[in-house]
Amino acid sequence: MFYLGRGNGRCPAHGITPMLFALLDCNNFYVSCERVFDPSLNGRPVVVLSNNDGCVIARSQEAKDLGIAMGAPFFKVRELARRYGVLTYSSNYALYGDMSRRVMDSLMRFTPEVEVYSIDEAFLNLSGFKEKDITQYARDIRRAIGCWTGIPVSVGIGPTKTLAKLANRHAKKAPAMGGVAVLLDPDHRKDAMAATPLKDIWGIGHRLAPMLERNSIFTALDLSRQPDAWVQQKMGIVGLRLVYELRGIACQELETVVPDKKTTVVSRSFGKEVRAKADLESAVSSFAERAAEKLRNGNLVAGAVTVFLHTNRFKEHAPQYHHAVTMALDPATNHTGAIVAASLKGLRALYKAGFAYKKAGVMMLSLERAERAQMSLFAREHPHNAKTMQALDSINRRFGSGSIRYGSSALSKNWRMNQKHRSPRYTTRWDELPLVD
Amino acid sequence: MFFFCVKASQATSYEGFPLLGLSPVMAGFPSPAEDFIEGRLDLNEHLIRHPAATFLLRVAGESMKGASILPGDLLVVDRSVEAEAGRIVVAAVDGDLTVKRLAGAKDRWTLVAENPDFPPIRITEGRECSIWGVVTGVVRRMG
Repeated sequence: MFYLGRGNGRCPAHGITPMLFALLDCNNFYVSCERVFDPSLNGRPVVVLSNNDGCVIARSQEAKDLGIAMGAPFFKVRELARRYGVLTYSSNYALYGDMSRRVMDSLMRFTPEVEVYSIDEAFLNLSGFKEKDITQYARDIRRAIGCWTGIPVSVGIGPTKTLAKLANRHAKKAPAMGGVAVLLDPDHRKDAMAATPLKDIWGIGHRLAPMLERNSIFTALDLSRQPDAWVQQKMGIVGLRLVYELRGIACQELETVVPDKKTTVVSRSFGKEVRAKADLESAVSSFAERAAEKLRNGNLVAGAVTVFLHTNRFKEHAPQYHHAVTMALDPATNHTGAIVAASLKGLRALYKAGFAYKKAGVMMLSLERAERAQMSLFAREHPHNAKTMQALDSINRRFGSGSIRYGSSALSKNWRMNQKHRSPRYTTRWDELPLVD
Repeated sequence: MFFFCVKASQATSYEGFPLLGLSPVMAGFPSPAEDFIEGRLDLNEHLIRHPAATFLLRVAGESMKGASILPGDLLVVDRSVEAEAGRIVVAAVDGDLTVKRLAGAKDRWTLVAENPDFPPIRITEGRECSIWGVVTGVVRRMG
Protein backbone atom coordinates (compact mmCIF):
# COMPACT_ATOMS: atom_id res chain seq x y z
CA MET A 1 0.00 0.00 0.00
CA PHE A 2 1.67 3.26 -1.06
CA TYR A 3 0.88 6.79 -0.05
CA LEU A 4 -0.19 9.15 -2.79
CA GLY A 5 1.25 12.68 -3.00
CA ARG A 6 -0.96 15.74 -2.83
CA GLY A 7 -1.28 16.01 -6.65
CA ASN A 8 -4.96 16.68 -6.69
CA GLY A 9 -6.14 17.14 -3.09
CA ARG A 10 -9.19 14.87 -3.54
CA CYS A 11 -7.50 11.53 -3.52
CA PRO A 12 -6.86 9.55 -1.40
CA ALA A 13 -9.72 10.01 1.00
CA HIS A 14 -7.86 8.75 3.97
CA GLY A 15 -4.17 9.54 3.76
CA ILE A 16 -2.49 6.46 5.13
CA THR A 17 -5.14 5.19 7.56
CA PRO A 18 -6.83 2.18 6.04
CA MET A 19 -10.57 2.42 5.41
CA LEU A 20 -13.08 -0.37 5.27
CA PHE A 21 -16.28 -0.32 3.28
CA ALA A 22 -19.11 -2.81 2.98
CA LEU A 23 -21.58 -2.87 0.14
CA LEU A 24 -24.78 -4.58 1.14
CA ASP A 25 -27.36 -5.33 -1.47
CA CYS A 26 -30.61 -7.26 -1.58
CA ASN A 27 -30.79 -10.35 -3.75
CA ASN A 28 -33.38 -10.01 -6.54
CA PHE A 29 -34.98 -7.30 -4.44
CA TYR A 30 -38.41 -6.85 -6.05
CA VAL A 31 -38.96 -10.59 -6.30
CA SER A 32 -37.78 -11.05 -2.74
CA CYS A 33 -40.33 -8.47 -1.56
CA GLU A 34 -43.11 -10.42 -3.26
CA ARG A 35 -41.90 -13.66 -1.69
CA VAL A 36 -42.00 -12.33 1.87
CA PHE A 37 -45.78 -12.04 1.72
CA ASP A 38 -46.46 -14.96 -0.61
CA PRO A 39 -44.19 -17.82 0.41
CA SER A 40 -45.68 -20.01 -2.32
CA LEU A 41 -43.38 -18.09 -4.72
CA ASN A 42 -40.26 -19.55 -3.14
CA GLY A 43 -38.34 -21.83 -5.48
CA ARG A 44 -40.45 -20.81 -8.49
CA PRO A 45 -39.60 -18.67 -11.53
CA VAL A 46 -40.92 -15.14 -10.90
CA VAL A 47 -40.48 -11.89 -12.83
CA VAL A 48 -41.47 -8.31 -12.05
CA LEU A 49 -42.31 -5.90 -14.88
CA SER A 50 -41.58 -2.21 -15.25
CA ASN A 51 -44.17 0.59 -15.22
CA ASN A 52 -46.76 -0.17 -17.89
CA ASP A 53 -45.89 -3.86 -17.71
CA GLY A 54 -43.31 -3.09 -20.39
CA CYS A 55 -40.17 -5.03 -19.61
CA VAL A 56 -38.60 -7.33 -17.08
CA ILE A 57 -36.92 -5.45 -14.23
CA ALA A 58 -36.46 -8.27 -11.74
CA ARG A 59 -36.10 -12.04 -11.95
CA SER A 60 -35.83 -14.82 -9.42
CA GLN A 61 -32.89 -17.20 -9.82
CA GLU A 62 -35.24 -19.77 -11.34
CA ALA A 63 -36.39 -17.24 -13.96
CA LYS A 64 -32.76 -16.35 -14.73
CA ASP A 65 -32.04 -20.05 -15.21
CA LEU A 66 -34.79 -20.19 -17.84
CA GLY A 67 -32.87 -17.62 -19.83
CA ILE A 68 -35.10 -14.61 -19.24
CA ALA A 69 -32.87 -11.56 -19.64
CA MET A 70 -32.93 -8.41 -17.55
CA GLY A 71 -34.77 -5.68 -19.45
CA ALA A 72 -36.40 -8.11 -21.88
CA PRO A 73 -39.63 -6.61 -23.29
CA PHE A 74 -42.50 -8.55 -21.82
CA PHE A 75 -44.16 -9.37 -25.13
CA LYS A 76 -41.00 -11.25 -26.08
CA VAL A 77 -40.97 -13.47 -23.03
CA ARG A 78 -44.72 -13.96 -22.67
CA GLU A 79 -44.70 -17.27 -24.52
CA LEU A 80 -41.76 -18.62 -22.55
CA ALA A 81 -43.44 -17.48 -19.34
CA ARG A 82 -46.63 -19.31 -20.21
CA ARG A 83 -44.84 -22.51 -21.14
CA TYR A 84 -42.79 -22.71 -17.94
CA GLY A 85 -45.31 -21.26 -15.54
CA VAL A 86 -43.32 -18.13 -14.80
CA LEU A 87 -45.26 -15.98 -12.34
CA THR A 88 -45.49 -12.39 -13.54
CA TYR A 89 -46.02 -9.32 -11.40
CA SER A 90 -46.45 -5.63 -12.15
CA SER A 91 -44.11 -3.44 -10.14
CA ASN A 92 -45.45 -2.65 -6.69
CA TYR A 93 -43.37 0.35 -5.72
CA ALA A 94 -45.48 1.14 -2.68
CA LEU A 95 -44.38 -2.23 -1.30
CA TYR A 96 -40.77 -2.11 -2.51
CA GLY A 97 -40.26 1.39 -1.15
CA ASP A 98 -41.56 0.40 2.26
CA MET A 99 -39.45 -2.77 2.38
CA SER A 100 -36.40 -0.78 1.33
CA ARG A 101 -36.98 1.62 4.21
CA ARG A 102 -37.14 -1.33 6.59
CA VAL A 103 -33.86 -2.75 5.29
CA MET A 104 -32.10 0.61 5.58
CA ASP A 105 -33.53 1.30 9.05
CA SER A 106 -32.31 -2.13 10.13
CA LEU A 107 -28.82 -1.35 8.83
CA MET A 108 -28.73 1.86 10.79
CA ARG A 109 -29.21 -0.13 13.95
CA PHE A 110 -25.76 -1.54 13.34
CA THR A 111 -24.00 1.67 12.38
CA PRO A 112 -25.09 5.24 11.65
CA GLU A 113 -22.52 5.44 8.85
CA VAL A 114 -24.79 4.22 6.09
CA GLU A 115 -25.01 5.63 2.58
CA VAL A 116 -28.22 4.56 0.89
CA TYR A 117 -27.04 4.14 -2.69
CA SER A 118 -30.21 2.88 -4.34
CA ILE A 119 -33.49 1.26 -3.42
CA ASP A 120 -31.74 -1.98 -2.55
CA GLU A 121 -28.07 -1.12 -1.95
CA ALA A 122 -26.18 0.64 0.80
CA PHE A 123 -22.54 1.32 1.62
CA LEU A 124 -21.39 1.03 5.21
CA ASN A 125 -18.24 2.55 6.63
CA LEU A 126 -16.69 -0.09 8.85
CA SER A 127 -13.27 1.51 9.23
CA GLY A 128 -11.79 0.62 12.57
CA PHE A 129 -13.02 -2.97 12.63
CA LYS A 130 -10.41 -5.64 13.14
CA GLU A 131 -10.07 -8.01 10.23
CA LYS A 132 -10.87 -11.13 12.21
CA ASP A 133 -14.13 -9.65 13.47
CA ILE A 134 -15.38 -8.24 10.20
CA THR A 135 -16.60 -11.46 8.58
CA GLN A 136 -18.62 -12.37 11.65
CA TYR A 137 -20.07 -8.86 11.81
CA ALA A 138 -21.12 -9.05 8.18
CA ARG A 139 -22.75 -12.42 8.83
CA ASP A 140 -24.60 -10.97 11.82
CA ILE A 141 -25.93 -8.10 9.71
CA ARG A 142 -26.98 -10.48 6.96
CA ARG A 143 -28.80 -12.78 9.37
CA ALA A 144 -30.52 -9.88 11.13
CA ILE A 145 -31.81 -8.29 7.91
CA GLY A 146 -33.01 -11.67 6.65
CA CYS A 147 -34.81 -12.36 9.91
CA TRP A 148 -36.32 -8.93 10.52
CA THR A 149 -37.44 -8.15 6.97
CA GLY A 150 -37.38 -11.48 5.18
CA ILE A 151 -35.10 -10.06 2.46
CA PRO A 152 -31.94 -12.05 1.61
CA VAL A 153 -28.87 -9.85 1.20
CA SER A 154 -25.24 -10.20 0.11
CA VAL A 155 -22.33 -8.32 1.65
CA GLY A 156 -19.02 -7.44 0.03
CA ILE A 157 -16.20 -5.89 2.04
CA GLY A 158 -13.03 -4.16 0.89
CA PRO A 159 -10.74 -1.21 1.58
CA THR A 160 -12.51 0.94 -1.04
CA LYS A 161 -16.08 1.34 -2.29
CA THR A 162 -15.12 -0.04 -5.69
CA LEU A 163 -13.60 -3.14 -4.12
CA ALA A 164 -16.58 -3.55 -1.80
CA LYS A 165 -18.81 -3.60 -4.90
CA LEU A 166 -16.51 -6.11 -6.54
CA ALA A 167 -16.52 -8.27 -3.44
CA ASN A 168 -20.31 -8.13 -3.38
CA ARG A 169 -20.47 -9.59 -6.89
CA HIS A 170 -18.31 -12.45 -5.71
CA ALA A 171 -20.48 -13.07 -2.69
CA LYS A 172 -23.42 -13.42 -5.10
CA LYS A 173 -21.67 -15.63 -7.64
CA ALA A 174 -20.27 -18.12 -5.14
CA PRO A 175 -23.04 -19.49 -2.90
CA ALA A 176 -20.41 -21.36 -0.89
CA MET A 177 -19.32 -18.03 0.56
CA GLY A 178 -22.58 -17.83 2.47
CA GLY A 179 -23.47 -14.42 1.08
CA VAL A 180 -20.43 -12.62 2.49
CA ALA A 181 -17.13 -11.91 0.70
CA VAL A 182 -14.23 -10.10 2.35
CA LEU A 183 -11.38 -8.92 0.12
CA LEU A 184 -8.79 -7.69 2.58
CA ASP A 185 -6.16 -10.33 2.09
CA PRO A 186 -4.05 -9.26 -0.94
CA ASP A 187 -3.97 -12.76 -2.46
CA HIS A 188 -7.75 -13.18 -2.16
CA ARG A 189 -8.12 -9.78 -3.72
CA LYS A 190 -5.83 -10.62 -6.59
CA ASP A 191 -7.74 -13.83 -7.36
CA ALA A 192 -11.08 -12.05 -7.16
CA MET A 193 -9.87 -9.25 -9.42
CA ALA A 194 -8.47 -11.69 -11.95
CA ALA A 195 -11.89 -13.32 -12.08
CA THR A 196 -13.79 -10.05 -12.54
CA PRO A 197 -14.51 -9.11 -16.16
CA LEU A 198 -14.60 -5.43 -17.17
CA LYS A 199 -18.36 -5.23 -17.34
CA ASP A 200 -18.62 -6.17 -13.68
CA ILE A 201 -16.44 -3.28 -12.50
CA TRP A 202 -18.35 -0.37 -10.99
CA GLY A 203 -17.79 2.58 -13.30
CA ILE A 204 -16.79 0.74 -16.46
CA GLY A 205 -19.59 0.94 -18.99
CA HIS A 206 -20.24 0.14 -22.64
CA ARG A 207 -18.09 3.03 -23.78
CA LEU A 208 -14.88 2.16 -21.98
CA ALA A 209 -14.91 -1.63 -22.18
CA PRO A 210 -14.19 -1.92 -25.95
CA MET A 211 -11.31 0.54 -25.70
CA LEU A 212 -9.80 -1.37 -22.81
CA GLU A 213 -10.19 -4.69 -24.56
CA ARG A 214 -8.40 -3.31 -27.60
CA ASN A 215 -5.49 -2.67 -25.25
CA SER A 216 -5.56 -6.26 -23.95
CA ILE A 217 -7.19 -5.33 -20.65
CA PHE A 218 -9.89 -7.85 -19.79
CA THR A 219 -10.13 -8.07 -16.01
CA ALA A 220 -10.07 -5.81 -12.97
CA LEU A 221 -6.58 -7.11 -12.24
CA ASP A 222 -5.32 -6.11 -15.70
CA LEU A 223 -6.79 -2.64 -15.25
CA SER A 224 -5.29 -2.13 -11.81
CA ARG A 225 -1.82 -2.79 -13.26
CA GLN A 226 -1.92 -0.11 -15.95
CA PRO A 227 0.45 2.84 -15.50
CA ASP A 228 -1.13 5.97 -13.96
CA ALA A 229 -0.26 8.25 -16.87
CA TRP A 230 -1.90 5.90 -19.39
CA VAL A 231 -5.04 5.60 -17.30
CA GLN A 232 -5.34 9.33 -16.83
CA GLN A 233 -4.88 9.97 -20.52
CA LYS A 234 -7.41 7.36 -21.67
CA MET A 235 -9.96 7.54 -18.86
CA GLY A 236 -9.50 10.94 -17.25
CA ILE A 237 -9.18 11.72 -13.58
CA VAL A 238 -12.33 9.75 -12.83
CA GLY A 239 -10.73 6.69 -14.39
CA LEU A 240 -7.56 7.23 -12.38
CA ARG A 241 -9.57 7.35 -9.15
CA LEU A 242 -11.28 4.12 -10.18
CA VAL A 243 -7.94 2.42 -10.73
CA TYR A 244 -6.59 3.65 -7.40
CA GLU A 245 -9.68 2.23 -5.75
CA LEU A 246 -9.02 -1.10 -7.45
CA ARG A 247 -5.53 -0.95 -6.00
CA GLY A 248 -6.96 -0.49 -2.53
CA ILE A 249 -6.54 3.27 -2.11
CA ALA A 250 -9.81 4.85 -1.06
CA CYS A 251 -10.68 7.91 -3.16
CA GLN A 252 -14.34 8.05 -2.31
CA GLU A 253 -15.89 8.66 1.05
CA LEU A 254 -19.28 7.67 2.32
CA GLU A 255 -21.89 10.23 1.32
CA THR A 256 -24.23 10.36 4.27
CA VAL A 257 -25.57 13.80 3.42
CA VAL A 258 -27.64 13.82 0.27
CA PRO A 259 -26.89 16.83 -1.94
CA ASP A 260 -29.92 18.90 -2.94
CA LYS A 261 -31.54 17.83 -6.16
CA LYS A 262 -31.27 20.05 -9.21
CA THR A 263 -34.51 18.95 -10.82
CA THR A 264 -37.35 16.60 -10.06
CA VAL A 265 -39.35 14.87 -12.76
CA VAL A 266 -42.66 13.09 -12.73
CA SER A 267 -43.61 11.43 -15.96
CA ARG A 268 -45.30 8.32 -17.24
CA SER A 269 -45.80 6.44 -20.46
CA PHE A 270 -49.48 5.86 -21.09
CA GLY A 271 -51.09 2.45 -20.98
CA LYS A 272 -52.74 3.12 -24.30
CA GLU A 273 -52.21 6.01 -26.69
CA VAL A 274 -54.02 9.17 -25.71
CA ARG A 275 -55.48 11.65 -28.18
CA ALA A 276 -57.98 13.67 -26.14
CA LYS A 277 -56.92 16.92 -24.53
CA ALA A 278 -59.04 16.23 -21.45
CA ASP A 279 -57.17 13.00 -20.79
CA LEU A 280 -53.81 14.73 -21.14
CA GLU A 281 -54.95 17.49 -18.80
CA SER A 282 -55.87 14.88 -16.23
CA ALA A 283 -52.51 13.16 -16.59
CA VAL A 284 -50.44 16.34 -16.42
CA SER A 285 -52.42 17.60 -13.40
CA SER A 286 -51.71 14.34 -11.68
CA PHE A 287 -47.97 14.57 -12.41
CA ALA A 288 -47.93 18.17 -11.23
CA GLU A 289 -49.63 17.19 -7.96
CA ARG A 290 -47.03 14.50 -7.35
CA ALA A 291 -44.15 16.80 -8.28
CA ALA A 292 -45.41 19.44 -5.85
CA GLU A 293 -45.65 16.79 -3.15
CA LYS A 294 -42.04 15.72 -3.80
CA LEU A 295 -40.91 19.32 -3.53
CA ARG A 296 -42.64 19.76 -0.21
CA ASN A 297 -41.20 16.50 1.10
CA GLY A 298 -37.73 17.72 0.21
CA ASN A 299 -38.36 21.23 1.56
CA LEU A 300 -37.72 22.73 -1.85
CA VAL A 301 -39.44 25.25 -4.06
CA ALA A 302 -39.21 25.45 -7.85
CA GLY A 303 -38.74 28.52 -9.99
CA ALA A 304 -39.93 26.94 -13.23
CA VAL A 305 -41.75 23.93 -14.61
CA THR A 306 -41.21 22.23 -17.96
CA VAL A 307 -44.08 20.23 -19.44
CA PHE A 308 -43.23 17.72 -22.15
CA LEU A 309 -45.29 15.60 -24.51
CA HIS A 310 -44.23 12.72 -26.77
CA THR A 311 -45.79 10.54 -29.39
CA ASN A 312 -44.63 6.93 -29.68
CA ARG A 313 -41.19 7.12 -31.25
CA PHE A 314 -41.20 3.42 -32.09
CA LYS A 315 -44.14 3.83 -34.43
CA GLU A 316 -42.08 5.28 -37.24
CA HIS A 317 -44.95 5.65 -39.67
CA ALA A 318 -47.17 7.57 -37.31
CA PRO A 319 -46.90 11.38 -37.15
CA GLN A 320 -44.27 12.34 -34.54
CA TYR A 321 -44.50 15.10 -31.95
CA HIS A 322 -41.90 15.67 -29.28
CA HIS A 323 -42.08 19.04 -27.66
CA ALA A 324 -41.70 20.80 -24.36
CA VAL A 325 -42.50 24.21 -22.93
CA THR A 326 -41.18 25.86 -19.79
CA MET A 327 -43.28 28.10 -17.56
CA ALA A 328 -41.81 30.38 -14.92
CA LEU A 329 -43.09 30.14 -11.38
CA ASP A 330 -42.93 33.51 -9.71
CA PRO A 331 -42.62 33.45 -6.79
CA ALA A 332 -40.80 30.11 -6.57
CA THR A 333 -43.27 27.72 -5.02
CA ASN A 334 -44.15 24.18 -4.00
CA HIS A 335 -47.87 24.89 -3.83
CA THR A 336 -49.90 22.31 -5.74
CA GLY A 337 -52.40 24.82 -7.08
CA ALA A 338 -49.75 27.07 -8.59
CA ILE A 339 -47.82 24.17 -10.12
CA VAL A 340 -50.93 22.49 -11.54
CA ALA A 341 -52.09 25.79 -13.02
CA ALA A 342 -48.73 26.48 -14.66
CA SER A 343 -48.46 22.90 -15.95
CA LEU A 344 -51.93 23.03 -17.49
CA LYS A 345 -51.15 26.34 -19.13
CA GLY A 346 -48.04 24.74 -20.60
CA LEU A 347 -49.96 21.69 -21.77
CA ARG A 348 -52.59 23.82 -23.51
CA ALA A 349 -49.84 25.62 -25.37
CA LEU A 350 -48.28 22.28 -26.36
CA TYR A 351 -51.35 20.25 -27.28
CA LYS A 352 -52.08 19.65 -30.95
CA ALA A 353 -55.01 17.55 -32.09
CA GLY A 354 -54.44 14.62 -34.40
CA PHE A 355 -51.52 13.03 -32.60
CA ALA A 356 -51.51 9.81 -30.60
CA TYR A 357 -49.53 10.70 -27.49
CA LYS A 358 -47.60 8.04 -25.63
CA LYS A 359 -45.82 9.89 -22.84
CA ALA A 360 -46.03 13.12 -20.89
CA GLY A 361 -44.36 14.62 -17.86
CA VAL A 362 -43.47 17.62 -15.77
CA MET A 363 -39.98 18.62 -14.70
CA MET A 364 -39.48 21.06 -11.82
CA LEU A 365 -36.47 23.35 -12.32
CA SER A 366 -34.54 26.06 -10.48
CA LEU A 367 -34.92 24.24 -7.20
CA GLU A 368 -33.86 25.89 -4.01
CA ARG A 369 -34.38 25.38 -0.30
CA ALA A 370 -37.76 26.70 0.76
CA GLU A 371 -36.23 28.82 3.54
CA ARG A 372 -33.84 30.56 1.18
CA ALA A 373 -36.26 31.36 -1.65
CA GLN A 374 -36.59 35.03 -2.55
CA MET A 375 -40.02 36.56 -2.60
CA SER A 376 -40.68 38.60 -5.69
CA LEU A 377 -41.70 42.20 -5.02
CA PHE A 378 -44.82 41.94 -7.13
CA ALA A 379 -46.29 38.62 -6.17
CA ARG A 380 -47.46 37.62 -2.72
CA GLU A 381 -47.62 34.07 -1.46
CA HIS A 382 -50.95 33.86 0.33
CA PRO A 383 -50.40 32.99 4.01
CA HIS A 384 -53.08 30.30 3.90
CA ASN A 385 -51.21 28.36 1.28
CA ALA A 386 -48.73 26.59 3.54
CA LYS A 387 -51.50 25.41 5.87
CA THR A 388 -53.61 24.14 2.99
CA MET A 389 -50.69 22.14 1.68
CA GLN A 390 -49.99 20.71 5.14
CA ALA A 391 -53.60 19.57 5.37
CA LEU A 392 -53.49 18.07 1.85
CA ASP A 393 -50.29 16.16 2.55
CA SER A 394 -51.51 14.90 5.90
CA ILE A 395 -54.77 13.58 4.43
CA ASN A 396 -52.92 11.81 1.63
CA ARG A 397 -50.52 10.27 4.14
CA ARG A 398 -53.34 9.01 6.33
CA PHE A 399 -55.77 7.69 3.74
CA GLY A 400 -53.35 6.73 0.99
CA SER A 401 -51.71 8.77 -1.72
CA GLY A 402 -54.12 10.26 -4.21
CA SER A 403 -57.02 10.25 -1.70
CA ILE A 404 -57.47 13.93 -2.16
CA ARG A 405 -56.71 15.49 -5.51
CA TYR A 406 -57.25 18.60 -7.47
CA GLY A 407 -60.34 18.28 -9.71
CA SER A 408 -58.34 18.57 -12.91
CA SER A 409 -56.40 15.38 -12.27
CA ALA A 410 -59.29 13.19 -11.16
CA LEU A 411 -61.43 13.62 -14.26
CA SER A 412 -59.99 10.94 -16.47
CA LYS A 413 -58.46 7.51 -15.99
CA ASN A 414 -57.75 6.80 -19.66
CA TRP A 415 -54.07 7.53 -19.37
CA ARG A 416 -53.31 5.43 -16.30
CA MET A 417 -50.56 2.92 -16.78
CA ASN A 418 -51.19 -0.76 -17.18
CA GLN A 419 -50.61 -2.64 -13.97
CA LYS A 420 -52.56 -5.76 -14.60
CA HIS A 421 -50.66 -8.02 -12.24
CA ARG A 422 -49.78 -5.94 -9.21
CA SER A 423 -49.74 -7.68 -5.86
CA PRO A 424 -51.47 -6.03 -2.87
CA ARG A 425 -49.75 -3.15 -1.12
CA TYR A 426 -49.24 -5.35 1.91
CA THR A 427 -47.56 -2.83 4.17
CA THR A 428 -49.10 0.51 3.23
CA ARG A 429 -52.83 -0.01 2.72
CA TRP A 430 -55.27 -1.10 5.43
CA ASP A 431 -57.48 -2.85 2.91
CA GLU A 432 -54.59 -4.76 1.32
CA LEU A 433 -52.97 -6.35 4.38
CA PRO A 434 -51.71 -9.93 4.10
CA LEU A 435 -54.31 -12.46 5.24
CA VAL A 436 -53.61 -15.24 7.72
CA ASP A 437 -55.93 -18.14 8.47
CA MET B 1 -59.91 31.16 29.65
CA PHE B 2 -58.22 30.64 26.30
CA PHE B 3 -57.16 33.23 23.77
CA PHE B 4 -55.99 32.50 20.21
CA CYS B 5 -52.76 34.31 19.67
CA VAL B 6 -52.28 35.55 16.11
CA LYS B 7 -48.65 36.06 15.11
CA ALA B 8 -47.97 39.54 13.77
CA SER B 9 -46.55 38.26 10.46
CA GLN B 10 -49.75 36.37 9.69
CA ALA B 11 -52.23 39.10 10.61
CA THR B 12 -53.73 40.08 7.28
CA SER B 13 -57.36 40.74 7.86
CA TYR B 14 -60.15 39.60 10.13
CA GLU B 15 -60.80 36.41 8.13
CA GLY B 16 -57.10 35.51 8.17
CA PHE B 17 -57.10 33.59 11.43
CA PRO B 18 -54.88 30.56 10.97
CA LEU B 19 -56.98 27.77 12.41
CA LEU B 20 -54.72 24.81 11.81
CA GLY B 21 -51.68 23.91 13.80
CA LEU B 22 -52.06 26.50 16.50
CA SER B 23 -52.44 25.61 20.14
CA PRO B 24 -54.21 27.81 22.63
CA VAL B 25 -52.11 30.21 24.63
CA MET B 26 -53.23 30.59 28.18
CA ALA B 27 -53.59 34.11 29.44
CA GLY B 28 -53.97 34.84 33.13
CA PHE B 29 -52.76 32.40 35.81
CA PRO B 30 -50.42 29.56 34.81
CA SER B 31 -51.98 26.11 35.01
CA PRO B 32 -51.24 24.06 38.10
CA ALA B 33 -50.66 21.15 35.72
CA GLU B 34 -47.87 22.98 33.85
CA ASP B 35 -44.98 21.09 35.42
CA PHE B 36 -46.67 17.71 35.03
CA ILE B 37 -47.60 17.81 31.34
CA GLU B 38 -46.69 14.53 29.70
CA GLY B 39 -46.79 13.33 26.13
CA ARG B 40 -49.98 11.86 24.75
CA LEU B 41 -50.58 8.15 24.83
CA ASP B 42 -49.45 6.68 21.54
CA LEU B 43 -50.75 3.28 20.48
CA ASN B 44 -47.83 2.82 18.09
CA GLU B 45 -45.41 3.06 20.96
CA HIS B 46 -47.52 0.64 22.97
CA LEU B 47 -47.85 -2.00 20.26
CA ILE B 48 -44.76 -1.71 18.08
CA ARG B 49 -41.33 -2.15 19.67
CA HIS B 50 -39.29 -2.67 16.50
CA PRO B 51 -40.95 -0.85 13.61
CA ALA B 52 -38.63 -2.09 10.85
CA ALA B 53 -39.36 -5.71 11.77
CA THR B 54 -43.06 -5.36 12.66
CA PHE B 55 -45.87 -6.06 10.23
CA LEU B 56 -49.65 -5.94 10.47
CA LEU B 57 -51.62 -8.92 9.21
CA ARG B 58 -55.38 -9.51 9.03
CA VAL B 59 -56.97 -12.65 10.49
CA ALA B 60 -59.16 -14.47 7.98
CA GLY B 61 -60.07 -17.69 9.78
CA GLU B 62 -61.42 -19.11 13.02
CA SER B 63 -58.61 -21.46 14.03
CA MET B 64 -57.56 -19.36 17.02
CA LYS B 65 -60.98 -18.41 18.40
CA GLY B 66 -60.09 -20.04 21.70
CA ALA B 67 -57.27 -17.53 22.13
CA SER B 68 -59.70 -14.67 21.44
CA ILE B 69 -58.25 -14.11 17.99
CA LEU B 70 -61.19 -13.59 15.66
CA PRO B 71 -61.66 -13.11 11.92
CA GLY B 72 -61.09 -9.45 11.05
CA ASP B 73 -58.62 -8.84 13.88
CA LEU B 74 -55.27 -7.21 13.18
CA LEU B 75 -52.20 -9.12 14.27
CA VAL B 76 -49.08 -7.22 15.23
CA VAL B 77 -46.26 -9.53 14.17
CA ASP B 78 -42.63 -8.93 15.10
CA ARG B 79 -40.10 -10.87 13.04
CA SER B 80 -37.25 -10.06 15.40
CA VAL B 81 -38.69 -11.84 18.43
CA GLU B 82 -37.41 -15.35 19.05
CA ALA B 83 -40.00 -18.05 18.46
CA GLU B 84 -40.46 -20.27 21.49
CA ALA B 85 -42.89 -23.00 22.45
CA GLY B 86 -46.01 -21.47 23.94
CA ARG B 87 -45.97 -18.32 21.83
CA ILE B 88 -48.54 -17.53 19.17
CA VAL B 89 -46.79 -17.21 15.83
CA VAL B 90 -47.46 -16.71 12.16
CA ALA B 91 -45.95 -19.53 10.13
CA ALA B 92 -45.65 -20.20 6.43
CA VAL B 93 -46.93 -23.72 5.78
CA ASP B 94 -47.03 -25.09 2.24
CA GLY B 95 -46.88 -21.55 0.88
CA ASP B 96 -49.66 -20.05 3.01
CA LEU B 97 -49.51 -17.89 6.11
CA THR B 98 -51.25 -19.26 9.18
CA VAL B 99 -51.54 -18.18 12.83
CA LYS B 100 -51.14 -20.86 15.47
CA ARG B 101 -49.65 -21.54 18.87
CA LEU B 102 -46.20 -23.07 18.78
CA ALA B 103 -45.52 -26.37 20.58
CA GLY B 104 -42.57 -28.71 20.59
CA ALA B 105 -39.00 -27.63 19.83
CA LYS B 106 -36.96 -26.06 17.07
CA ASP B 107 -36.96 -28.17 13.89
CA ARG B 108 -39.67 -30.30 15.50
CA TRP B 109 -42.45 -27.77 15.86
CA THR B 110 -46.14 -28.52 16.03
CA LEU B 111 -48.59 -25.76 15.15
CA VAL B 112 -51.60 -25.98 17.41
CA ALA B 113 -54.94 -24.31 16.76
CA GLU B 114 -57.24 -23.12 19.55
CA ASN B 115 -60.45 -24.38 18.04
CA PRO B 116 -61.50 -28.05 18.23
CA ASP B 117 -62.42 -28.00 14.53
CA PHE B 118 -58.78 -27.54 13.55
CA PRO B 119 -56.25 -30.37 14.01
CA PRO B 120 -52.65 -29.64 14.97
CA ILE B 121 -50.10 -29.38 12.17
CA ARG B 122 -47.02 -31.48 12.82
CA ILE B 123 -44.03 -30.21 10.90
CA THR B 124 -42.25 -33.21 9.51
CA GLU B 125 -39.35 -33.71 7.16
CA GLY B 126 -40.19 -32.59 3.68
CA ARG B 127 -42.94 -30.25 4.76
CA GLU B 128 -42.40 -26.63 3.81
CA CYS B 129 -42.61 -24.67 7.00
CA SER B 130 -40.92 -21.69 8.48
CA ILE B 131 -41.76 -19.31 11.28
CA TRP B 132 -42.73 -15.97 9.74
CA GLY B 133 -42.90 -13.96 12.95
CA VAL B 134 -44.17 -13.85 16.53
CA VAL B 135 -47.54 -12.31 17.36
CA THR B 136 -46.93 -9.57 19.91
CA GLY B 137 -50.36 -7.93 19.80
CA VAL B 138 -53.93 -8.24 18.59
CA VAL B 139 -55.96 -5.18 17.65
CA ARG B 140 -59.69 -5.13 17.29
CA ARG B 141 -61.76 -2.08 16.47
CA MET B 142 -65.38 -2.19 17.55
CA GLY B 143 -67.79 -0.51 15.14
